[in-house]
Amino acid sequence: MALLEVQALSRSFGGVHAVQDLSFEIEPGKIYSIIGPNGAGKTTVFNLITGLYRPSSGRVVFDGSNVTGKAPHELARRGVSRTFQNLQICFNMSAVENVMVGAHLRLDQGMLGSMLRLPALARRDAVCREEAAELMRFVGVGKYIGALADAMPYGALKRLEIARALAARPKMLLLDEPAAGLNPTETHEIDELIQKIGVSGVTVVLVEHDMKLVMGISDRILVLDYGRKLAEGTAREVRDNPEVIAAYLGVVAKAAA
Amino acid sequence: MGRFRGLAALALIIALLPLALPNNYYYDVAIRIGMNAIIVVGLNLLIGYAGQISLGHAGFVGLGAYASAVLSSRFGWPPLAAMLFGMAAVGVIAFVVARPILRLRGHYLAMATLGLGIIIYMVLVNESAWTGGNDGMSVRPFSLLGLTLASERAWYWVTGAVLLGAILLANNIVDSPVGRALRAVHGSEVAAQVAGIDTTRYKVRVFVLSAVFASAVGSMMAHYLGFVSPQVSSFFHSIELVTMVVVGGMASTYGAVLGAAILTTLPQLLATFEGYEMITFGLILMLTVIFLPRGLLPTIAARLRKAG
Repeated sequence: MALLEVQALSRSFGGVHAVQDLSFEIEPGKIYSIIGPNGAGKTTVFNLITGLYRPSSGRVVFDGSNVTGKAPHELARRGVSRTFQNLQICFNMSAVENVMVGAHLRLDQGMLGSMLRLPALARRDAVCREEAAELMRFVGVGKYIGALADAMPYGALKRLEIARALAARPKMLLLDEPAAGLNPTETHEIDELIQKIGVSGVTVVLVEHDMKLVMGISDRILVLDYGRKLAEGTAREVRDNPEVIAAYLGVVAKAAA
Repeated sequence: MGRFRGLAALALIIALLPLALPNNYYYDVAIRIGMNAIIVVGLNLLIGYAGQISLGHAGFVGLGAYASAVLSSRFGWPPLAAMLFGMAAVGVIAFVVARPILRLRGHYLAMATLGLGIIIYMVLVNESAWTGGNDGMSVRPFSLLGLTLASERAWYWVTGAVLLGAILLANNIVDSPVGRALRAVHGSEVAAQVAGIDTTRYKVRVFVLSAVFASAVGSMMAHYLGFVSPQVSSFFHSIELVTMVVVGGMASTYGAVLGAAILTTLPQLLATFEGYEMITFGLILMLTVIFLPRGLLPTIAARLRKAG
């Protein structure tokens, strides 16, 4: 059974149809990429799946239950986690605390227990700190474990976001342009990291402009254009699809082909 | 233990300060500093850590003060029971108003909390049958188990102990999952939501907590001064409290104590400029925001770290 089912999803802003009648399914354990030209609606799809936007119509079914219009924190509870194209780092905290925020749902949230710093809470918090440090090493920012978030370079912050998302132990991880703004070496490292995450059993949904990265690691690819599904399939199927070529390179390419 | 170093240092200061306090007037200033510091430590959780503003917190101080005054002096409740009842009642009131108010942001939140403070002030002025209106009312001394807190010295030690306790609780919260959730609400609300944090719920929780801190101090002030008037919940008092947070240092518990110390002492030093305190406060607030946006203590700490 599919982990995520998106059924006839639409969202418009004023008169603009950002996403229109979009349906797709994602199988568990796969790396699923969403590509398309700028403004095709990729990030809007992410925001709809993670509850930051409410759909105008359509349904989102995650892990067998209808989650359409649920708040982001409720989706997090069900195992959806994500990163952001424009970083959403808490610069008022240390790097490792940023990652610990990701583990929030697994920790004690009682006000009284926190005020009194009950031994059980302190113990679990210490374990969580250790796990967060371990995750920072896993994503390759181990040397910033003692650092403040605002002392870290851009590339490291992108990985810190991935570590925070993983700290939630999600079933599905949505990565919004993890390689944007990175140099080729860093992009290659992100490529390896995403594969490692995929191997660990987490379903990965990827929005990315770096075609080499996308074509290399995706099990399936969804192509969006003007908020609609243009094509879907394996890397090879998508690459050979004339409509996709036209959308990316212009109609001339279609005529020439 | 690193987490207790600041607390131990402050305890030492509180223990040794009486050696430098020549008479009751100085004790009085120290007590006022301590009481303001307790409110500001709570308010700093809301403003400094969670990034939400309240321009009406003096209202909660007033509610606590009058709960103690009315219940203990008019109805003969034991002062501690009156104080605890006040804290519980303020907690409930804060909880009820917090949800609609904290859905607002920025200027709108500032205006709504300002309005809330003014409403409380007006109620305290107008319900004169209970509160004595603008004339205020007298409050009997705080007593517990047959012991009465009467002297400045006794109040000094009690206030000092409560302050240390408040700081311990506040610091525990900051360094807990709840505290990280609050700081995440400030740092990136979207990131917090996606990480599973119900941000509205956390804003409400910290608002209620800071209101209960304010209420407790209101009760203490009422018994200490033996008198309450609606001025305790005035808009100017709310501004004073916010100024203490901002000047001392946002998201710094000891900064909050420093802010309370400076801005409580200042009017005493400026007594000759009577009538100009408001202007002075405004000026200090402006200069801090322009030149030390992070507040005194965090700025000093950052300088020291750089130099060291």
